[in-house]
Amino acid sequence: MTEELGLPGQDSDGGSEEVVLTPAELIERLEQAWMNEKFAPDLLESKPEIVECVMEQLDHMEENLRRAKKGDLKISIHRMEIERIRYVLSSYLRCRLMKIEKFFPHVLEKEKTRHEEEPSRLSPEEFAFAKEYMASIETYLKNVALKHMPPNLQKVDLLRSVPKPDLDSYVFLRVKERQENILVEPETDEQRKISLVTGEWRPYWSVRNPWLCWQSK
Amino acid sequence: MFCDRAIELVRELHRAPEGQLLAFNEDGLRQVLEEMKALYEQNQSDVNEAKSGGRSDLIPTIKFRHCSLLRNRRCTVAYLYDRLLRIRALRWEYGSVLPNVLRFHMSAEEVEWFNHYKKSLATYMRSLGGDEGLDITQDMKPPKSLYIEHFLPRWKCEPLIRQGVLEHVLW
Repeated sequence: MTEELGLPGQDSDGGSEEVVLTPAELIERLEQAWMNEKFAPDLLESKPEIVECVMEQLDHMEENLRRAKKGDLKISIHRMEIERIRYVLSSYLRCRLMKIEKFFPHVLEKEKTRHEEEPSRLSPEEFAFAKEYMASIETYLKNVALKHMPPNLQKVDLLRSVPKPDLDSYVFLRVKERQENILVEPETDEQRKISLVTGEWRPYWSVRNPWLCWQSK
Repeated sequence: MFCDRAIELVRELHRAPEGQLLAFNEDGLRQVLEEMKALYEQNQSDVNEAKSGGRSDLIPTIKFRHCSLLRNRRCTVAYLYDRLLRIRALRWEYGSVLPNVLRFHMSAEEVEWFNHYKKSLATYMRSLGGDEGLDITQDMKPPKSLYIEHFLPRWKCEPLIRQGVLEHVLW
């Protein structure tokens, strides 16, 4: 399979252009997104293009299998590959859904207060799911208990009751290429700069946001 | 003592091991709500007394009842929410049709919530593209076999074994 898949991407000027990936590169990106999502304590940016392309890829592979000659050994191997990719994709999406459910008031609040230029952490479908989830919980609590309580106690602030993701939890980073002068904790006045060396593993100390802002030289 | 029934609800959750769903404690919930009503009414009358009758000595009692009310609410919401989380887990464990024995432990409103949840989930999964979307409640474990067992004539396997694609499994 030497076909290539178009994926929206950014060139070095920050302009948008289609990035063309081989299937192998696409799966690598999926696995990267999956790893990152598994290890990050909070919900990361959504990657709808990757999900869409992988789904297309899977359809394509299934189609190829249907047309293949029966008894061909390659069938089992391709089937194995399909199952592997489907597992990674399902696991990735499950991981996201679980975070969305676990932190639902915060996830929705973040989406509500985000700036236009900031990318959304939720795909449109995840956003719809999150809103329905929140609504169903609020309605349930209201009907079963809150509306039977004294009038001044009927409102519960879910943002305060439901725990936030623990951004102080430790995360190990693997540095892919050397970077100088990374700005850590940009929101505080104390701007610590660190250098990251290729291949180095670093525990994350008290960085509020697990994702660093690059400030390249 | 105030909040006893509410704390009992929370204890019930602690007693049920990992995710087990006990029968919905309708009586317990009702008793907590009744206690809240009583506390609130006592407070209302005391607040009036304190304001008009100048009975500022009633204020500590008013505050105490208010704390009890808050605690009752917190325990109640915790109980209900935790049960919803357990019920949600049932969808992922058992699929969209729950065994009867579990459904009997759920209140009517909990069953309704479960139905909303599974409908939302189904909508989301269908939206993932392709003909029917992707059922992410399947494929919960990585594919088991890295190696597929095949009965094949040796001459077909040899090159693949050499390439490291297949491994010869001895029976």
